[in-house]
Amino acid sequence: MSIPVAGQPAPGHQPRAGMQIKKGIQQWIKVLPFIFLGVAGTAVFVIYPMIRNILISFQEYSIMPNAENPYIGFENYVSAFTDPNNKVLMAIRNTFLNVAVTVPINWFLAIVFAVLINLHFVKHKIVFRTVYYLPIITSWIVVAFLFRFLFAGGEYGLINYIFYKQLGIFDAPVNFLANYWSAMIVIWLFHIWKTVGWGVVIYLAALQGISKEYYEAAAIDGANGSRQFWSITVPMLGPVTAFVVINLINGAFNFFPQVYFITRGGPMDQTQTLPSLMYLQAFKNFNFGYASAVAVMMGIAVFLLTYSQMKKFGNQRFL
Amino acid sequence: MKTKWPIQLLVYAIIVLGALSFLFPFVYMIMTSFIKGAYSLPRPKEVFSVIPNLYNYQLVWEKNNFARYFLNSTLVTLVSMIGSLFLGCLTAYGFARFAFPGKEFLFRTFLLTMMIPGVINIIPQFLIIKSFGLVNTYWGLWLIYIGGGVVGSTFFLRGFFQSIPKEYEESVLIDGGGNWRIFWNIYLPQSMPAIATLAVLSFQGTWEEYFTALVIIKDEAMRTLPIALLMFNDKYATNYSWIFAASVIALIPTVLLYIVFQKKFVQGGFNEGGVKG
Repeated sequence: MSIPVAGQPAPGHQPRAGMQIKKGIQQWIKVLPFIFLGVAGTAVFVIYPMIRNILISFQEYSIMPNAENPYIGFENYVSAFTDPNNKVLMAIRNTFLNVAVTVPINWFLAIVFAVLINLHFVKHKIVFRTVYYLPIITSWIVVAFLFRFLFAGGEYGLINYIFYKQLGIFDAPVNFLANYWSAMIVIWLFHIWKTVGWGVVIYLAALQGISKEYYEAAAIDGANGSRQFWSITVPMLGPVTAFVVINLINGAFNFFPQVYFITRGGPMDQTQTLPSLMYLQAFKNFNFGYASAVAVMMGIAVFLLTYSQMKKFGNQRFL
Repeated sequence: MKTKWPIQLLVYAIIVLGALSFLFPFVYMIMTSFIKGAYSLPRPKEVFSVIPNLYNYQLVWEKNNFARYFLNSTLVTLVSMIGSLFLGCLTAYGFARFAFPGKEFLFRTFLLTMMIPGVINIIPQFLIIKSFGLVNTYWGLWLIYIGGGVVGSTFFLRGFFQSIPKEYEESVLIDGGGNWRIFWNIYLPQSMPAIATLAVLSFQGTWEEYFTALVIIKDEAMRTLPIALLMFNDKYATNYSWIFAASVIALIPTVLLYIVFQKKFVQGGFNEGGVKG
């Protein structure tokens, strides 16, 4: 963001075009050794795949060597939406549910835990931070095993054991992963438990970055604790909150290991999201064209969702 | 300022409860890993009264080629971590320090790819690796991990590189050093915390990467640890004490790295750093 400053020489006095090209080439020669490999890697393994994805989504694609792979127009897209089982529509619906349920809870827990841990009388802040961060450094697969184990059907899964055998809240042991809503709840709990520590750590760092002087000045003016919280802490956390919420939305929009490792999309593909549906269609059913059509639609959706925000945050760091 | 004790108690109660809800599943997992011969779901009473032992750990380590997969993963992860760091530093330096025509465009294109989830690229990435004849080789994996991760690491490092004052370069320039010397003697040492953080993120991302590895590696002897973990799940009708013994072994390297680097840690977004996807 350049701010016009008075007294700076006005732009103008353009050098001749030939000179400019020459200068440009020289600049490229200088920078090329540093960025060549990175740009090439990105072009081959990120950008080209995106283009290729779009092409495959219009093909009847087969992985077999010498397959013809004819172009079939929008057929893959049409079949995605006219599927009698409504897999894609179900996946879209689940995606919106995932965002609507997990983002507010995740955000709320993150800010509450961070603010409480940061209170001046709390000792061993680093211990708390480390414990809250443990699920983040644990791999998705291991946490998924853990949740499948805790929520196992039958009376000896720990959750059933507590709520059915000990407390009697459930009438019968619940077979969590066999029913749509209970499976979704397990997936949500899994996601929240695994990721809330990230928000806590970001907020803790932001809170510690607020200068103590503000609070001292407010205390001199006679503001009490809650007054200080609402008129100093909350406004100072504004930009970080935007950053956290966007990342949470992005994370919730792209449920993949959450679904794949817990339910494999079951029961009956009801808990699928677009990424899990895409992966299973491609590498289990070898439906590459269909899977690519799903991928393209997902890419467009994510792009529309995040473009405006990412532009804002691309150049910022908070810590 | 003194806070009244009932409020202190309430605050501690909430954050301790939070800490317990994060810790307890791990404790339950570790206790389950001590149970011998858990072919059916172990009962919670058994789990709570188990005596710690390493029986399952030893058994798992020797079973199912697990030790071999651990070594495979170590090789895959170390090479791709070093490659990612090297490439990330170079590219970030290029974008942070040089002006060149088309930089804005390139940078925006990079930014754009960061928004699209990496998983949708798996199909074409597989086709590219196939056309290179690198399916079922670690080179295939390394290329995808390093090439696909460079955007994230560039973003992560660029911000730190930009915050390095230009004046630092003068000493190198006076000595007659060029861009490489500035990169090596100024930018890298000045950004060590960021690079160390990126190293940990990259390590974790590659160490636990499952989907690409499953697609690229077909040979059983070459598989990586996450696939081995899932094989315990399928092959042995979910013997949870074995699964958790194997899981604990698989977690040790990452946890150790985090503990070592935890003081130096700098934070990034969900999408920055390490492996895309």
